[in-house]
Amino acid sequence: MQLDEIVAAVRAAHESHSPLRLRAAGSKDFYGGLLAGEVLDLSGHWGIVAYEPTELYVTAKCGTPLSEIEAELAEEGQMLAFEPPHFAGATLGGAIAAGLSGPRRQQAGAVRDFVLGIKLVDGTGQVLDFGGQVMKNVAGYDVSRFIAGSLGTLGVIAEATLKVLPRPVAETTLEFACDEAEAVRRLNEWGGQPLPVSASFWFEGRLWLRLSGAEAAVAAACRKLGGKVSPGAAAWWQAVREQTHAAYAGPTLWRLALPSTTPPLALDGLRAIEWGGGLRWYVTEAEPAVVRAAATAAGGHAVLYRAPESLRCLEGAFAPLSPALLALHRRLKKAFDPRGILNPGRLYAEF
Amino acid sequence: MNPPEPSFATDRAKLLRRLQLILPAHCLLSAEEDLRPYECDGLTAYRELPLAVCLPETEGQVIDVLRNCHQMGVPVVARGAGTGLSGGAMPHAEGVVLSLARFNKILRVDRAARLAVVQPGVRNLAVSEAAAPFGLYYAPDPSSQIACTLGGNVAENSGGVHCLKYGLTVHNVLRLRVVSIEGEVFEIGGEGPDAPGYDLLALLIGSEGMLGVVTEVTVKLVPKPELAQVVMASFADVAQAGDAVAAIIAAGIILAGLEMMDKAATAAVEPFVKAGYDLKAAAILLCESDGTPEEVAEEIARVTAVLTEAGAGEVRVSRTEAERLRFWAGRKAAFPAVGRITPDYYCMDGTIPRKRLAEMLSAIAEMEHKYGLRCANVFHAGDGNLHPLIMYDAAKPGEWRWAEAFGAEILELSVALGGSITGEHGVGIEKINQMCVQFSTPELDAFRRVKAAFDENGLLNPGKAVPSLHRCAEYGRMHVHQGDLKFPELERF
Ligand SMILES: Cc1cc2nc3c(=O)[nH]c(=O)nc-3n(C[C@H](O)[C@H](O)[C@H](O)COP(=O)(O)OP(=O)(O)OC[C@H]3O[C@@H](n4cnc5c(N)ncnc54)[C@H](O)[C@@H]3O)c2cc1C
Repeated sequence: MQLDEIVAAVRAAHESHSPLRLRAAGSKDFYGGLLAGEVLDLSGHWGIVAYEPTELYVTAKCGTPLSEIEAELAEEGQMLAFEPPHFAGATLGGAIAAGLSGPRRQQAGAVRDFVLGIKLVDGTGQVLDFGGQVMKNVAGYDVSRFIAGSLGTLGVIAEATLKVLPRPVAETTLEFACDEAEAVRRLNEWGGQPLPVSASFWFEGRLWLRLSGAEAAVAAACRKLGGKVSPGAAAWWQAVREQTHAAYAGPTLWRLALPSTTPPLALDGLRAIEWGGGLRWYVTEAEPAVVRAAATAAGGHAVLYRAPESLRCLEGAFAPLSPALLALHRRLKKAFDPRGILNPGRLYAEF
Repeated sequence: MNPPEPSFATDRAKLLRRLQLILPAHCLLSAEEDLRPYECDGLTAYRELPLAVCLPETEGQVIDVLRNCHQMGVPVVARGAGTGLSGGAMPHAEGVVLSLARFNKILRVDRAARLAVVQPGVRNLAVSEAAAPFGLYYAPDPSSQIACTLGGNVAENSGGVHCLKYGLTVHNVLRLRVVSIEGEVFEIGGEGPDAPGYDLLALLIGSEGMLGVVTEVTVKLVPKPELAQVVMASFADVAQAGDAVAAIIAAGIILAGLEMMDKAATAAVEPFVKAGYDLKAAAILLCESDGTPEEVAEEIARVTAVLTEAGAGEVRVSRTEAERLRFWAGRKAAFPAVGRITPDYYCMDGTIPRKRLAEMLSAIAEMEHKYGLRCANVFHAGDGNLHPLIMYDAAKPGEWRWAEAFGAEILELSVALGGSITGEHGVGIEKINQMCVQFSTPELDAFRRVKAAFDENGLLNPGKAVPSLHRCAEYGRMHVHQGDLKFPELERF
């Protein structure tokens, strides 16, 4: 599939005012608002365009599977440090559009922190190049990072350049027994110290801490922290990243993004804590308004992450925006997709 | 989609009457001698007197000023410390300057959550100073950090010598409070991760005061590393030094700082600073490692091996904190040192892919012959940000023209080599024409539509950062005149 074909499809949809649903592997069909529009299958726009290990970037077309990119990076001892989940065959474009990061986010940063450049086909079929392949570039608004997490509502990410990083030389996982409150306290305490913590996960009274970095740094941190070394950790973190771990199972899964120091919420159904306390997963049938209010009161927000369609058609995925912010979102949507044909309703029902 | 550049004609008397109603007398300047200090930022070549300067003390006053300017169609230029190097805070002749200088309070330093909430007029270094008792600091460290403000840092997406490892402003800001030109308040981002909706932080950071006025900034604080050490390596050939940079990265090492200076730069610096640089070397590299003592020892050993393998002549590791600071002192004094050996110099701010460094440097060497001017090069080698310092004498007829043409060729080449016209100083008024080289019409149109989504009538900082179509004609430049430097006490990177 060539760029021309994407452009032609978007142009035609723009002209006929017909909604398009951007899709490649469909690994995140469950995420965001309900799906609408005719599928524009992007999985055929595929391939690594450029990979330069010493320049720390990789450029690939949107339909390229993450697994292919990561295999290529691994040969040079590098990685996508934000550890995006693959689910079933996730592609580069979808990973950026969804903006989901994995366990290493607490140390390395989110998807958007690694976006250096994007080739975007906007809602009129124009091809726009933002950013580039260099690390520092402050010319113009930073549209490439802005596109990350926009769930395909602003344009087709036809190609993207990501910053890559070397894999850590050493990695060890420690395990501790503690309750929720104690886990939150410890995670924040460790976060304030120069320790090479690259991931954390609390589940059913146990806390796992992954340390990554130089051999000596990891060894020193292990001595300092105590705990017990957890064997087979790589596969286990993989299950957290891919959400195949039991913690994520359940009919209605809520993802609460909170200030990391938030004490235990008065909300039943906590399953897991990640990202140093900043991310908490709940499986609950509580009223959505109750869940959202608990997150908001703590200074965070709740995402209805995975839920039966019967609930998803009543309740949007993301926390409602203030009227002023909603109006701004609409204007920005219009700036890139004046006829509202790209993934309508996927982010918010209003646009 | 491309409205012509708006022109403004403000009724000054009416504007002042309105401003007097909303601001106490000590918060409003309108006499010419009071306006003078605001006529330019750190790029003194471009000057303009505003109609008035507002120095609000509360967010309510900011809202009132913006609302009134919006109603009257008056341009507003926000201002922090005025250390910008691209004319971003240069006033508009028909507008007001909205100085955030009095928003200088640190509202909260949260040790447990590792964040600080500050007003936009707080100086960059003050944040790290306030966090220091907790063993924390704010990572982005522009060399103007004793003077520049968080509001300015946000507007420019400022960097520092440690951005390769610790990121730019955009990687270290969690939340912003922003007032729109219509006087509406937005909170964007948040203390928790991944705020709902579009990533407006990404748009606002680096938007050069064009989209909104920032009234509160929440930043991430990070634990201070236990130790830092510097390796200094000399190379007989600049291409070899460039290859060594690539080899370090290929070895999987992300240093806290990775800087290069060429022979012209070390020759200018050494008599001035006595950093102990190898003056015979064609280029030197400064490589900083930080972390736990174990980590630093391991990294220093690995870097030293890579440098030696890459053909470094002399390799020296700082043994004490004093020696580490001395190694850096030369690099930090590079601009003023060059200023001592030439009547004038002209500083560029392009970014290129690291692998094109040798190519760029040999092209610059050829340009030195072509234009008959010398050039010293200092380089944030780790992230490809080059600051060539073109030496000339403004008193000699025509020499500035040559320097200008020389600089233009470097910037043109930065874009041609796959880089950018600006790595950290911003577009402002200075590089507005060069935006037309880096971007084509569809992208510039998209920028204009983004601007209109925030500020339909184009009242916030008009004429900056994004050129109108008919502006796309020639290049702009930054001229640093020796006697003309604002903030001469600051280090120049
Ligand atoms: C000696 C020297 C060294 C420097 N070194 C570096 C360096 O190492 N790295 C680097 O990146 N830069 C460097 N700079 C450039 C400059 O210091 C930075 O761009 C800095 O962030 C500007 O901050 P300021 O407070 O002075 O902003 P100003 O110059 O006052 O304003 C800069 C821009 O920000 C806008 N602005 C200011 N406050 C607000 C607000 N509250 N809301 C919205 N917009 C606002 C203004 O309109 C303007 O467009 C250096 C400058 C000097 C003079």
